[in-house]
Formats: sequence, structure tokens, C-alpha cells
Amino acid sequence: MASVELRQVRKSFGSTPVVHGVDVSIADGEFVVLVGPSGCGKSTLLRMIAGLEEITSGEIRIGDRVVNDVAPKQRDIAMVFQNYALYPHMKVIDNMAFSMKLAGRSQEEIHARVDKAAKILGLTDYLDRYPRQLSGGQRQRVAMGRAIVRDPQVFLFDEPLSNLDAKLRVQMRTEIKELHQRLKTTSVYVTHDQIEAMTMADKIVVMNSGRVEQIGSPLDLYDQPANLFVAGFIGSPAMNFLPGKLVTKWGGRGVQIAPDCVLPAPANSESDGSDVVIGVRPEHFDIGASGVKAQVIVVEPTGADTQVYCRIAGHSVTAVSRERHTFRPGDTIDLNPAEGKSYLFNPASGARIA
Amino acid sequence: MSAASRFFDNRNVLGPLFMLPAAALLLFFLTYPLGLGVWLGFTDAKIGRVGEWIGIENYEFLVTDSVFRLSVFNTFLYTLVASVFKFVLGLWLALLLNKHIPFKSFVRAVVLLPFIVPTVLSAIAFWWIYDAQFSIVSWVLVKMGVMDHYINFLGEPNLARMSTIIANVWRGVPFVAICLLAGLQTIPPSMYEAASIDGATAFQQFRYITLPMLSPIIAVVMTFSVLFTFTDFQLIWVLTRGGPINATHLMATLSFQRAIPGGALGEGAAIATAMIPFLLAAILFSYFGLQRRRWQQGGSDR
Ligand SMILES: Nc1ncnc2c1ncn2[C@@H]1O[C@H](COP(=O)(O)OP(=O)(O)OP(=O)(O)O)[C@@H](O)[C@H]1O
Ligand SMILES: [Mg+2]
Repeated sequence: MASVELRQVRKSFGSTPVVHGVDVSIADGEFVVLVGPSGCGKSTLLRMIAGLEEITSGEIRIGDRVVNDVAPKQRDIAMVFQNYALYPHMKVIDNMAFSMKLAGRSQEEIHARVDKAAKILGLTDYLDRYPRQLSGGQRQRVAMGRAIVRDPQVFLFDEPLSNLDAKLRVQMRTEIKELHQRLKTTSVYVTHDQIEAMTMADKIVVMNSGRVEQIGSPLDLYDQPANLFVAGFIGSPAMNFLPGKLVTKWGGRGVQIAPDCVLPAPANSESDGSDVVIGVRPEHFDIGASGVKAQVIVVEPTGADTQVYCRIAGHSVTAVSRERHTFRPGDTIDLNPAEGKSYLFNPASGARIA
Repeated sequence: MSAASRFFDNRNVLGPLFMLPAAALLLFFLTYPLGLGVWLGFTDAKIGRVGEWIGIENYEFLVTDSVFRLSVFNTFLYTLVASVFKFVLGLWLALLLNKHIPFKSFVRAVVLLPFIVPTVLSAIAFWWIYDAQFSIVSWVLVKMGVMDHYINFLGEPNLARMSTIIANVWRGVPFVAICLLAGLQTIPPSMYEAASIDGATAFQQFRYITLPMLSPIIAVVMTFSVLFTFTDFQLIWVLTRGGPINATHLMATLSFQRAIPGGALGEGAAIATAMIPFLLAAILFSYFGLQRRRWQQGGSDR
């Protein structure tokens, strides 16, 4: 096991820069999730850690060794690919044993390790099959097995669950988390699914177009988003953003989003009249109490809660309530952001004000 | 609906009806000449004279005929050596072309050239290259001071065998290379990435990833290559006509020589017919080679 340290890591393909100076430190045994929209450079970053992609500038350390110029096989890492990259002409057992066979380990050791990994992953009955004869979930497990038999310093995962159906994805998510708690190997996990990130990570790195937007624990990111991007990316359904001007009202601050519509805002030191964006999570709207008027558009009950899509002064807003409301489209309801649960952002820079 | 139109709507009528033209063509252009050839082999037909059925007399004679036996040996030598070289060179070329090289598609097109030039044309070119007096190879070697006399490439038995094999390899390599290149391109790059993380060196990646994943294509391509080489005629006929002293006679050239210039149609047909078992063996090999490997099969639990 080892720590991983990225310092000012950059990557360009030809003259196109895709990663612009990323700093991340990953502690020994930590489970770090890189999350961000498609094309933001997550895979590229992961492949640079693996050594499959050259580093244009900057430094990557694994343990206390700078690995910029170290070949993949000498980095002591294991990677699970999005398409699994199982060797189709080898049985499961040979897929898992391949790295040890190349390393010239003894037959007994190979058998012992493969058996152990197969037991952990429930693959014992499938060792004699070819990858073609396995289901998607089983293949995914073999890919994991191939990684864990090597007992590497670092696990790298590139969207390992994106080819699975929703139910299996949730199940494998738990299994990977469990596996990590058991093996305690430093892991870097790439996904574009923020739910996966929230549920699995010790630490989340939110990326956007080649830059790190924020690094923190899942709840940190949820409670204290650094900017508009992170606020909108983390949490589902996404945070509501309403642009307006700061005013002072009812002895506190408020955001005027329409002539007759003011939302209470958190305390801040900006001057009245400045442009801001107020962010409120759907689950932090109180429905029914006094507040701003909203027009109901669609109501979606899911059983556990009710999602209400409505319109405030021309802006679409989502509210989630634990109660079972019986609104109909066209009704007018009162929405009020819960006290201390709204955020203010600078619309120009995107940075959070309060 | 009339009886006739109902008759033509019946799929048991329509199917055979549609197949009839193709079947007739096949029967006429494939089966008839083949059958005629086999039948001729059992007769003593000469040019200008209808043959009598003489049973296996032709074959009995051929078994004792030292020229025929030499031609069988030559055919096997030619096929074996040329195929091995075509495979090795073709694979090597395919691996090179699969790398990122400048002017990739141009180079690939150039590689295909020997394949698209008519065989007779390239044979004539080689004929000049191997000419006893005007050979460019000899000329260069002499000018460079390596040799002091011109080489008689096609005049000495073993040299002539080597020369014809080289010409055949030159002509056959592009086919093998392009087919194997197509095969190489179906191997996903992530296989190599996974293998390099697993600790495989370049050679081990070739040995454990490239070769096994290419093996189905290799089986097909090499079967075709063997068939083409075994039945080769044009190159030999232009370059040596089977000489010197029959050293480069293949079964195909001997069959032609005995039958047409020699006039012994029956005997020539018998030689050609004698090739059939060998070709069948090659086709059977391809049939088993073509069968999908177990790892390529999907689905079943058993
Ligand atoms: N080999 C390459 N050559 C040129 N550009 C590339 C190459 N690989 C990736 N890119 C570009 O780099 C950017 C980042 O790609 P990357 O694969 O890292 O995205 P990602 O965050 O993993 O996205 P996804 O979630 O869709 O997998 C993309 O804009 C992509 O077009
Ligand atoms: Mg990716």
C-alpha cells in the first residue's frame, strides 16, 4: 500500500491541453473518487497514474517514488478497465493468474492466491470458463479478481460499473466498498456518476474540463460546495439556482429574483444591489409554509418522497418533500428555503459568497 | 387466384426455381470440367483422338515415373518453404504496418502492389532479374566486387528452385500481410494496456496476446496461401518451364506439359487429378482451422 501524490500534473494531446495542472494527494489506504462530466479528463488522469499515458509536465509519486518515467508494470498498480479488458482466449483462472505467471511465481503460490481471490469474489465455480461464457457482472468480478491477486500498492478503477444494469451497479458498488474495507488498498476510482462518488468515496475530487474544482469528503462537498459547478454537480436532484439582486429585508438579507419575489438569503457582506445567484437544494424547500409563490407544473410521487416541479418568477425549480402532497398542475404553492440551507454564488466567477 | 399463380407462390416451388440458374451454372462450369478431367485420367486420350477407358493404368505408370515423383517432391518443397516464408514475412510486415508510421496508408498501398500486378507481368520481371546475361542482381554484385561472374539463377537445379520460391514469396506476401493486418486491428488496444500493467514485455505481449488472438485468421490465411502455392503454374511456366532437368516442375506444370505440348491428355489429366487428395487435405485442415475456437464461442454453460 502506498500514498499517491499528483503535483501540477498536465497533459496535452498534441497541442490540445486536456488536463491543466492537477494537484491531488491521496493518503495510504484511502478510497478516492474522481468525478466529473464526460470528457473532463478523468480517464486521462487515471491513465497517467497507471503509466499508460505520458505526463506532459508535473510529477506523480506513488509511495515515495517519482514514477513519471517508470513503466506501468514497475509501478505496482492494478487497473480495472471500463470494458474489463479480459483476455478472451484465456480461462478465468488464467486471466487471474497471468500477471503472476509472467512474474515467474511458483504454481502453488499462484493457485493459493487465485483461489483466495476467487473465494472473496464468489468466482470459484467459474474458474474454468472463458470470459465469453460469463455475465457482465461476473466479468466485472473477474476484472477485479485479476487486480486483487496481485496485491498491488494501488487499485485504479475506470468506470468499472458503467456497463452494468442499475440493480447490479448498486450491488457491485457495495461489494467494491466492502472489498476496500477488507483489503485497505489505496484506490482511485473514476466515475461520472455522483451517486457512486458520494456512496463510495473517502474523498471526492470533482473535476471539470481538466481542472480540479474541489476536493473533500462527500458530505463536505454536499454541505460546503466551493462554487456553482460543484453545487450543481453534487446532489440529486440537482440544486436549484435562481439569479437575482441582493436586498436587505425583514432585518436580514434577501435575494430579489422578481419585483414581487424575494427569497431569504444567508448572511453576507456583499453590498445591496449586487448580482448574485442563490442556490437551494430541492430537499431544503419547505412546502406549504409561507414563502414565495410557485406554480406547480408536474408532481412525481416516488413513494418515499414527492418531487414537485414548479416555476418561480419564470425559473424552473424542483422541490422534494417527504410528505405526500396532492397538488395538481397549475396550483399555486408556497415555497420557503429552510433556514441556513441556502447558498449564495457570484454569477461571474461562480465562486461561493456564503 | 389462378392455379398457376398459386403454384408459383408456393415456397417449395419458388425456392428451387430461383436456385436453378445458379445450380446449372455451377454444374456446367465446375462439375462438368472437373468430372471430365477425372474421367480423362482414366483414359488414354491423346490430342485428336478420343480415349479408351484404361482404368488406373495412367496412375500405375505415374507411380513408377521418376519425373512425376520429382514433381511431387518439388511441389511439396515449393509449397512448404514458400508458405513458411510468406507467413513469417507477412506477419512481420503486418506488425510493422500496424505501428504508427508516417504515410501509413501510402505504405499499405505500396505493400499491396505485388498482389495486384498480374502474375505473368511480375513473372516476366523476375525472368529479367534472373536472366543469365542481363541480371541486375548479378550486375550489382559484380560491380560491388562481391562476385567475379554472373550467376545463372535459373540454370542450376537448386538455384532455380530458390529463385522461383523467392518470386512466389514476393508475390504472396502482400496477401498474407494485409489479411493479418486486418486481424491485428481487431485486437483492442486495451488488451495490450492490460497486459503491460500485468507486467508483460513486448515479446510476451506478442506471445500471449497477439498470436493467440490472431490464430483463427492465421489458420484461414495460411490455408488459402497453401492452396494458391500448391497449384501455382504461371510463375514457373514463365520463369523455367519446369527446367532445368525438371528441377522446378510442379504437378501443375508437369500436368500441362504432358497434356498440351506433349499431347498425352489422359496422363496430364491423371497428374492433375492426383493433386486433388492433397488439396482436399488442405481444405479439411482449413475446415478444422476455421472452426471457431472454444474461447470464441458464446453463451452456453456447458
Ligand atoms: N488519445 C487522445 N488524443 C486526443 N485527445 C484525447 C485523447 N484521449 C482523450 N482525449 C481528449 O481528452 C479529453 C479527456 O478525455 P478523457 O477520456 O480523460 O475523458 P473522461 O473524463 O474520462 O470522460 P468519460 O467520462 O466520457 O470517460 C477529451 O476531451 C478527449 O477528447
Ligand atoms: Mg473515461
